[in-house]
Amino acid sequence: MAKKTLKTAAKPLTKTSNKTAENGHQEAPHTETALAVQKTYKLYIGGKFPRTESGRFFKVNDPDGKLVANMCRASRKDFRNAVVAARKAFGGWAGRTAYNRGQIIYRIAEMLEGRRAQFEAELVQLGSDPKSAAQEVQAAIDRLIYYAGWADKYQQVFSSVNPVASSHFNFSVQEPTGVVAVFAPEEPGLLGLVSSIIPAITGGNTVVVLASEKFPTCAITFGEVLQVSDVPGGVVNLLTGHQKELLSHFSTHMDVNAMIYCGNDPQISITLQTSSADNLKRTVLYPDTDWMTASGASPYFILDTQETKTTWHPVGK
Amino acid sequence: MPAISGKMEFDTAWSYAPAPENADHIVLKKRYELFITGKFVKPQSGKYFETLNPATGKPLAKVAEGSEADIDKAVKAARKAYTNHWSKLPAKERGKYIFRLARMIQERAREFAVIESLDGGKAIRESKGVDIPLAAAHFFYYAGWADKLNYAFPNTNPSSLGVAGQIIPWNFPLLMAAWKLAPALATGNTVVLKPAETTPLTAMKLAELIQDCDFPPGVVNIVTGAGATGAALVNHPDVDKIAFTGSTEVGKLIRRATAGTQKKITLELGGKAANIIFEDAPLDQAVEGIINGIYFNQGHVCCAGSRLLVQESVKEVIIRKLKDRMETLIVGDPLDKNTDIGAINSQQQLATIEAYLKLGQAEGAEMFQSSCPVPQNGGYWVRPTLFLNASQSHRIVQEEIFGPVLAVQSFRTVDEAVKKANNTHYGLSAGVWTDKGSKIFQMTQKMRAGVIWANTYNKFDPTAPFGGYKESGFGREGGLHGLMPYLKM
Amino acid sequence: MDNSSYNIPYPSIDQVGVAERAARLMSRSIKKEAKIFALKLALNMVDLTTLAGDDTPGKVRQLCYKAAHLHDALPGLPHVAAVCVYPNFVRIAKEAVKGTDIQVASVATAFPSGHSSRQVKIDDVKYAVDEGADEVDMVISRGRFLQGHYDFVQEEIAAVKEACGHAHLKVILETGELVTLDNIRLASDLAMDAGADFIKTSTGKIQPASTPSFTLVMLEAIRDYYYRTGRMVGMKPAGGIRTAKQAIQYLVLVRETLGEPWLSNKYFRFGASSLANDILMQLVKQETGVYQSLDYFSND
Repeated sequence: MAKKTLKTAAKPLTKTSNKTAENGHQEAPHTETALAVQKTYKLYIGGKFPRTESGRFFKVNDPDGKLVANMCRASRKDFRNAVVAARKAFGGWAGRTAYNRGQIIYRIAEMLEGRRAQFEAELVQLGSDPKSAAQEVQAAIDRLIYYAGWADKYQQVFSSVNPVASSHFNFSVQEPTGVVAVFAPEEPGLLGLVSSIIPAITGGNTVVVLASEKFPTCAITFGEVLQVSDVPGGVVNLLTGHQKELLSHFSTHMDVNAMIYCGNDPQISITLQTSSADNLKRTVLYPDTDWMTASGASPYFILDTQETKTTWHPVGK
Repeated sequence: MPAISGKMEFDTAWSYAPAPENADHIVLKKRYELFITGKFVKPQSGKYFETLNPATGKPLAKVAEGSEADIDKAVKAARKAYTNHWSKLPAKERGKYIFRLARMIQERAREFAVIESLDGGKAIRESKGVDIPLAAAHFFYYAGWADKLNYAFPNTNPSSLGVAGQIIPWNFPLLMAAWKLAPALATGNTVVLKPAETTPLTAMKLAELIQDCDFPPGVVNIVTGAGATGAALVNHPDVDKIAFTGSTEVGKLIRRATAGTQKKITLELGGKAANIIFEDAPLDQAVEGIINGIYFNQGHVCCAGSRLLVQESVKEVIIRKLKDRMETLIVGDPLDKNTDIGAINSQQQLATIEAYLKLGQAEGAEMFQSSCPVPQNGGYWVRPTLFLNASQSHRIVQEEIFGPVLAVQSFRTVDEAVKKANNTHYGLSAGVWTDKGSKIFQMTQKMRAGVIWANTYNKFDPTAPFGGYKESGFGREGGLHGLMPYLKM
Repeated sequence: MDNSSYNIPYPSIDQVGVAERAARLMSRSIKKEAKIFALKLALNMVDLTTLAGDDTPGKVRQLCYKAAHLHDALPGLPHVAAVCVYPNFVRIAKEAVKGTDIQVASVATAFPSGHSSRQVKIDDVKYAVDEGADEVDMVISRGRFLQGHYDFVQEEIAAVKEACGHAHLKVILETGELVTLDNIRLASDLAMDAGADFIKTSTGKIQPASTPSFTLVMLEAIRDYYYRTGRMVGMKPAGGIRTAKQAIQYLVLVRETLGEPWLSNKYFRFGASSLANDILMQLVKQETGVYQSLDYFSND
């Protein structure tokens, strides 16, 4: 019942924009409905939605060239603020129980489910065909559920008790590496975002992510989903802007422990790996992962931003 | 009544007579060549360098200096062996070669131990008791993995990478060769190994064993040389994997050099580990852990417990015990069975350590050294040293010294201990001493380091993953996790 | 002088760490002149002991003769530190060692179980001392200790110490019944605080008796007590030490834990019956270069 209501509520947005496209831009839409209130897309940092401190923007248009939004063009300082927020949130998030993290990630899925139509609309608005947009949102929900389930299991899969040849009990566990910077995949806009950041936060990391340049609106809307999903502020920080501009800042930041790049621009890979050497941040490259298929999800994605910690303790005889 | 604060008297009428390990059966060649395609071949440049005995400063043998051309030859040999033999061999057969090598090291353990001590300066007690048996154990452990990789990483159908280039340090020469070779070979890769320039001899002995084991030619190639030889290996386009153990500085160079290539890398780098003693610790065992943490292998240990953090309420008693214990350490001839601390590995490392001793004093920390005699014979020696009243901002607290030098600080609360321990760009290891179980787990969870020793220190085992957080590197060696860096999944 | 910083009550003990430390010390390689020195030192630290139900005056006299004449064929040997007997043989032993500086030690306090009334134990001690004992080897009440009655145990030791008068008091912890190293450490501290001149591992009637781990923990307790008070307490491992090699290993423990001042029979003893002959065989072997047979050394 609730689902139906929401779908209906989302309709005017779709209709309005379609009509706008049909009628060209000079004419105002001749409808009985009120003028659509357009959303101001801001950044999502530390659980809040600030505008970029730089005051800069970049335009995203629909396939017909009609302006959809003036996106914030995040700056070096926005990134810095996001890292500060992520670092601040790290201890608490990593310290949550795995069960709790699992429930929160499940909660994200619940919130996304409820706003399914909005995300489909945003994807379509920026050029997805409606069928694949629907599939993508469905897959994003499923992926959240998938990782929600892994939260309290990957440790059991990847940990070990090591039978050392001395009077010691020895075990190795996985721990989050810390603050993870992410260049999300360009496409699919929503599913790529979800698939690249959720494994990291499932494993207790906090992330600073630069969303797809092509599909940035759904990323910020995803921030709204996160904000109402019990995800503590700072665990996920979302920026919109240009990869080329932010690359060196992402990859050189000394308080970033790992960086994920979901793309296949060799120049970005080289720059990322070269400058990551400054603090030996872990670099994780997903150049050709097909996020739409099952190969885009596995616990090994969680493992990519984990550290193995081995602990020794004597055992009396 | 004796003065209560006076030192214990360890200068006894009963002193231990020299107890040298018998080295009669050791035969060293005058000159060692490169090991490529299963044969010993001359370096293309015709150049050789000397490897010294750091306990005397005298040369032991000449060793070939591998050039870019030699590296190229070795990589080609490894590629050919990979394509034609090693990747085609059934996994269980691969395992059998490695098992055989493990056994052969055990049979010749005494010889390896003596050579390790001669070439590297480490006490025979350690090379015989730690280095060589652990090296054999490492091969034995990974041999068994060869045909079981599908159980290690379910649903990944793991496969080998190809040719691995491996560069190892001088502090545990044979053991590091084993840490590198064993998982690489077990996972089906072929190898070009570059030993450290000051300690090449046991690697060349290992090459002889690899011949004796009938490994297919080219599966393991060993090219000796210095930094340039290593750089040639790192930069070679046909290498699929670089595994490096050494300084953080060189680790960063390797990260940059391999950027944008398909080479997988693992780095096991420096450390500045905190060894934390709480007031409820088993104090005498903690003192032993401190000693073992920093003076093991002359302090040439990346995971050495080089920062001592003592809770203030037990600081005085711990320091007193520590000083007394230091007085009983025997520094001297590495081949003497009673030697606790052998020779510093090289003149260069000696200079580095001595510079830190000056620096620590200049920074205002109070230096204490044991009063033990050290040989006056042209060898490289440093007395076990500690710095009291060291501050977090002192360079001797922040930088890796890689010698028998301990910086001592105190703390009052658990939070302060955690903060101090983690306040470093390294993250290789840490120690914690307390009798309280909940505190152990609190500490081991909060410390950002790859290996945590609780109520013990400097323990190693082939089954136990080892490696760092932060600038101590990435990737793990040892255990199931140590297979991952050598597999495509 | 303020020694409060050294006043750490009964630090906990990690068993694996102790075993590692003991093993490391025991692996010292003692050769040539160092070995001869150690063997002679060990010989001079032996409390030659007979504590059997079938002891007789004759047996005790033979033991005492052996104590003073270990192996007359080899000149320059020290004699043992003491003979150790039951109280009723003290007078006989005292006469037998007259003219030497061999001490006579007597077990007391309802040895070996320690189960009797306080009065009977005190009387036992007084009897031994009146008979001429130079040293008294008492047993602690292990039952009470394991019940947690530490004050009782400590008071009892203090009472015995008082009854000893001029005689030196060795306090037997019976490590094999205390079982844990934590208990052994605690009992060592109780005994020293109550005035023990020596602490001793075992009666020899219970296994395990002396082990390197037990001994190391007790030596460390002695060192901590010395840090705290400046008083040197002696150590006597007893039971299970049968070979010269073991004896040398124990001396290494002492040398590297307590140092030079404890390397004398004033502060360190071996409670043993068969150890002396093995040391003698080793000394003769060092002298002659030929491996020896027990057939050439008197039993007692």
